[in-house]
Amino acid sequence: MSDGHHGSGSANAPIAARVRRFEERLSAAGLVDDAELDAILDRFLAGASPLNGARIVARAWTDAGFRDRLLADANAALPEVGLSMRSGLQEQRLKVVANTAARHNVIVCTLCSCYPIGLLGPSPSWYKSEAYRSRVVRDPRAVLAEFGLRLPPEVDITVWDSSAESRYMVLPVRPAGTNDLTEAELAGLVTREGLIGTAAR
Amino acid sequence: MARLMPSRPARPATAPGGGPGAGTGTGADIVALFVPGDRVITRAYDPDHHTRVPRYVRGHVGEVVEVQGTWPLPDDRAQGAAAPWVEPVYTVRFAAAELWGTGDHEVTVDLWQSYLAPAPPVRADTEEHLS
Repeated sequence: MSDGHHGSGSANAPIAARVRRFEERLSAAGLVDDAELDAILDRFLAGASPLNGARIVARAWTDAGFRDRLLADANAALPEVGLSMRSGLQEQRLKVVANTAARHNVIVCTLCSCYPIGLLGPSPSWYKSEAYRSRVVRDPRAVLAEFGLRLPPEVDITVWDSSAESRYMVLPVRPAGTNDLTEAELAGLVTREGLIGTAAR
Repeated sequence: MARLMPSRPARPATAPGGGPGAGTGTGADIVALFVPGDRVITRAYDPDHHTRVPRYVRGHVGEVVEVQGTWPLPDDRAQGAAAPWVEPVYTVRFAAAELWGTGDHEVTVDLWQSYLAPAPPVRADTEEHLS
């Protein structure tokens, strides 16, 4: 692996000390200030949650025009639901990929752990594991089955490796029998795993 | 060690009077060499420094799906370049069988232009083995 800079660990105290020292160096060099960092962290901690992704999905399920705009240019469509990809210092490009009856999509970052944190919250630990990152690109059907998602053989699979500056989110298929549900109720059907593609929704 | 990006185009000259991206490779002057549908091959280079070409696609043929925009080349940034090369990033789709010799899925990988070259033409008599 050429880039493991987002790796997880259980011994957090030494990491926290190193991060703090790094912040001090950046601040001393005039590259950032504490208020700026605090504002970014607040946005992440207060706003970053899979509920954001679920709201986007529910809107796309109920508004065909929004769905089209979302798939064509997600960054331009997000303000319609009060969201953006500007949770960090600069806006990140988002690509939303839609599942259909014939094709299933699943997201990975094989080089490190790139993930749309602002929309989905912190990534699950398995997303950062070498097992998931190395295996899902090679045998996604088997990996998805281990998550409990057994796709019929006729359903094609696309694995999206977030190896550059774009972040990805899956738009699941709206389940049958949900015509009577409100947009908020539909959002309640969507899970973080569905937004990554390791669950049907 | 393979030399970095042996065939990338010359850096554009500084535009008269400056202007967006003049002489710094910041986007405006950089021509996208590929369009969706183009077949490309990923350079099989193995640099000492950081890069963002996943090892499993090096030397493999894929198809450009989308031009995403332009971003600084990570290889330049990792080496502390004062004005990193800024160039198009593509979504490139690979067939599992091309990457692993088996599998019916596809994998898309996001790759900077310097990581790519036009794929050699497919010979008709070998096409079924390559596609």
